[in-house]
Amino acid sequence: MKQNRASAGDTILRLLTFLMAVGVVGLIIWVGWEMFSSAKESINAFGWSFVTNRVWDPVKQNFGALPFIYGTIVTSLIALVVAGPIGLGVAIFLNEMAPGKVRSLISFLVELLAAIPSVVYGLWGIFVLAPLLRDYVEPWLEKWFGFLPLFQGSAVGLGMLSGGLILAIMILPTIAAISREVMAAVPDSQREAALALGATKWEMVRVAVLAYAKSGILGGVMLGLGRALGETMAVTMVIGNRPDILPSLFAPAYSMAAVIANEFTEATYNLYLSSLVEIGLILFGITLVLNAFARLLVWSVARGPKGGHLV
Amino acid sequence: MSSRLRKYRNALMLGIFTLCTLLALIPLFGVLGYVVKNGISALNLEFFTSLPQPMGVAGGGMANAIVGTLILIAIAGVLGIPTGILAAIYLTEYDRVSWLSTLVRFTTDVLTGIPSIIIGIVVYTTLVMKTGNFSAFAGGVALAIIMVPLVIRSTEEMLKLVPQTIREAGYALGIPRWRTILRIVLPTAAKGILTGAMLAVARAAGETAPLLFTALGNQYWAHSLNEPIAALPLQIYQYATSPYKDWHRQAWAGSLVLIFLVIILSFVARLAFRNRKNF
Amino acid sequence: MINKKGKVLTGVIAGALVLALVGCGTTTPGAPKTPANEAAQAVTLTGAGSTFMQPLLTQQIADYSKQHPNITVNYQGVGSGAGIKQVSDNLINFGGTDAFMTDDQLAAAKGGKILQIPMTLGAEAISYNIPNAPNELKIAPTTLADIYLGKITNWNDSRIAADNPGVTLPNLKITVAHRSDGSGTTSIFTHFLSAISPEWDSKVGKGTSVNWPVGIGAKGNASVAGIVQQTPGTIGYVELAYALQNNLPHALIKNKDGKWVAPSLDSASAAAAAFQVPDDMRVNIVNAPGATAYPIAGFSWALIYQQQSDKAKGTALVNFLNWAIHDGQKLAPSMQYAPLPSNLVSREEAMLKSVTYQGQPLLK
Repeated sequence: MKQNRASAGDTILRLLTFLMAVGVVGLIIWVGWEMFSSAKESINAFGWSFVTNRVWDPVKQNFGALPFIYGTIVTSLIALVVAGPIGLGVAIFLNEMAPGKVRSLISFLVELLAAIPSVVYGLWGIFVLAPLLRDYVEPWLEKWFGFLPLFQGSAVGLGMLSGGLILAIMILPTIAAISREVMAAVPDSQREAALALGATKWEMVRVAVLAYAKSGILGGVMLGLGRALGETMAVTMVIGNRPDILPSLFAPAYSMAAVIANEFTEATYNLYLSSLVEIGLILFGITLVLNAFARLLVWSVARGPKGGHLV
Repeated sequence: MSSRLRKYRNALMLGIFTLCTLLALIPLFGVLGYVVKNGISALNLEFFTSLPQPMGVAGGGMANAIVGTLILIAIAGVLGIPTGILAAIYLTEYDRVSWLSTLVRFTTDVLTGIPSIIIGIVVYTTLVMKTGNFSAFAGGVALAIIMVPLVIRSTEEMLKLVPQTIREAGYALGIPRWRTILRIVLPTAAKGILTGAMLAVARAAGETAPLLFTALGNQYWAHSLNEPIAALPLQIYQYATSPYKDWHRQAWAGSLVLIFLVIILSFVARLAFRNRKNF
Repeated sequence: MINKKGKVLTGVIAGALVLALVGCGTTTPGAPKTPANEAAQAVTLTGAGSTFMQPLLTQQIADYSKQHPNITVNYQGVGSGAGIKQVSDNLINFGGTDAFMTDDQLAAAKGGKILQIPMTLGAEAISYNIPNAPNELKIAPTTLADIYLGKITNWNDSRIAADNPGVTLPNLKITVAHRSDGSGTTSIFTHFLSAISPEWDSKVGKGTSVNWPVGIGAKGNASVAGIVQQTPGTIGYVELAYALQNNLPHALIKNKDGKWVAPSLDSASAAAAAFQVPDDMRVNIVNAPGATAYPIAGFSWALIYQQQSDKAKGTALVNFLNWAIHDGQKLAPSMQYAPLPSNLVSREEAMLKSVTYQGQPLLK
């Protein structure tokens, strides 16, 4: 009798937990399937030309995703160029240089940066960053680097540059935290070996730590990139929301997530809605592949992320 | 290479890393500084107790949005936390190493990287369209989906830390496995699990994008979970992009409250975690 | 080893588990209906759409709910396109739009026949942010079209100067602001540009969302006004109330009769008076003839289903709308919306009386 109850309880708990675990896999398949079936109409209508078409014209029912892909990639690259080296620097400082107390204080502060909601960054972007860029940074860039097409055009403050910089701030904690984590996984014997050979601290970091952790760091940077690609609110608020491909970083642009946020609930006919979902599907696909690849890289160095709450 | 050059280079590189760290803290103090400065001056009792005023009319508050956010994260927590914990139990207690658990772990990690607006789309095309209305419930479900992978990962880490001997002690006493898990293993790791859950809740509290097409927003109190509901992030978004000075003021105040909420949740969680001396 | 706290926490977790499992069963959506006390029960109506009428409508709602505390009207300004879409999908109780629904859109509506009830009449201000420039700069329609086509790019352009003798405008690049969401305000504006510029009509066209040649997009009238306010050199089109509430300077526009006219409730009324409103209430009043008519004006409609599926909500809805087109209009002038013409109001009332629940009219 008691035996039966015990095994029944075990069966139930095992089944329940199994269902939840498998449910996670099911969830991601379901999300992909749901997006795919809603995007079908647009896929059938435009085929591959959807990703190469640079026109987004709801009046003439002509939809192309290229401007959004372009805006997303450019802003994410700006973010990566700015946040990648800084994040790595922070990680090295924290893991290799900082004494215990400084380390825990600064890690706490960097985590705080990750805890600030996206919409608050957007608010700050509109009222602090954009005016700053408009009045000081962009005129300065135009004055000194205006010969490059990247830095021409009217300084409005809302555009790819502000979008990219906001993203840089937002992905910095991700890059710093994951890089630090994989550096922490580097065995001390590596460091000791380098130091024993008379290496300076920097040489030790370069030879022992970075060389050992490089694929994991790359993974961390890619996770940061993934976050930048999908970030919605802060970007929507500062990017200028204009589906166009312009060379200037000052120019307004549009990102994939932003166009969905703006137009999704109001697409007045099915093809329009379907095209928006297809943009979502592309975004889903890109982030899925990127994250999968990045996780494999991180796992290869530090098996299973420990501080997974950050990302 | 001369050793002096090497020393200079060493000093230079170490200096750069320190500089990077200082540079990384500028935006933190920049953002927090502005939020605190503009937010505190805009905070008053009315902000916490009143409903929003009609458009363009000064005054009013965000009482409904504050409560709305609390309701949304409560729904998300009730749905998401148990789901995540159960899945994590499977990964640590029943199936630690197999292709399936590796797949689940991997999917969980990947899921944390899926843009939250995608979750919003899917909840809209299924739940909102099927039930025929925007609702607090739909918003809560979207946030729950965002929380689940975070909860799974943190819970799994905590359960892994529970020594195997504790489980064995349970079996030795003739306690069935499921009771061992629920009565011995879970309590041992409870603090850590709750910490992870709180961090997930904190993360969900600040999400805006998935609420746009699910909770929609409401300038009044919602009377049931089947109605659109206000949320702090939605309200901040609306107010920030408006031309009204008074709404800008309230957007800063709302941000301060939201950040405060998020930080309280994570900070309390972390403190509890730090004092964990169960094993 | 296992302390008491741990047990309590497990209790909490277990409780949450149970709640979740039970919750899955009971929180399944489907509004709890208690037909017994329909009359006094609290009713929440959800509306969404146009931001053009949002300042007036939210004020009307606030006043109405003071008199009828059991009725809550939640109105979200998400854009006219969203209003049309969500009413068609039957996700909200009423939509708001300033671009009337087309035949195709009406045919796609899931809940049957949609009535389009004019709620207000407004003018669209062309507001701008030029440091040290006067209010009521004169902008000719073709000049406006060329600014939005990207052919005029600086405020010191000779064509702007020609219409404004005595005013020196700075050498400042023009930043064009427009809507990023589906918008009736955009629809009115692009109908106007299409009416006066063949090039605009062929290149861009008209609608709630168009493919803008230049500019920065923002969601909602409020955001466009926000960008104009924040960014020097910007020009944008917003409902007059937004310009007035925020003291944004706005332009005089040359109308069809060649007169310079400022946006106001009178000039919007004059524009409306130039047109016969058909039975289905679908009318565009841009580029209206008449010396005092402002050329960029339009109606804002509420969209409701003629057959309501919920008696309590349907009754509350028609009563609220009926109040809004009668007593609610008293609020309009103070916010520079034009009150609806009285002959139109009686026709709208007749439309509201045709709204039914299971064959029974709801408005008595």
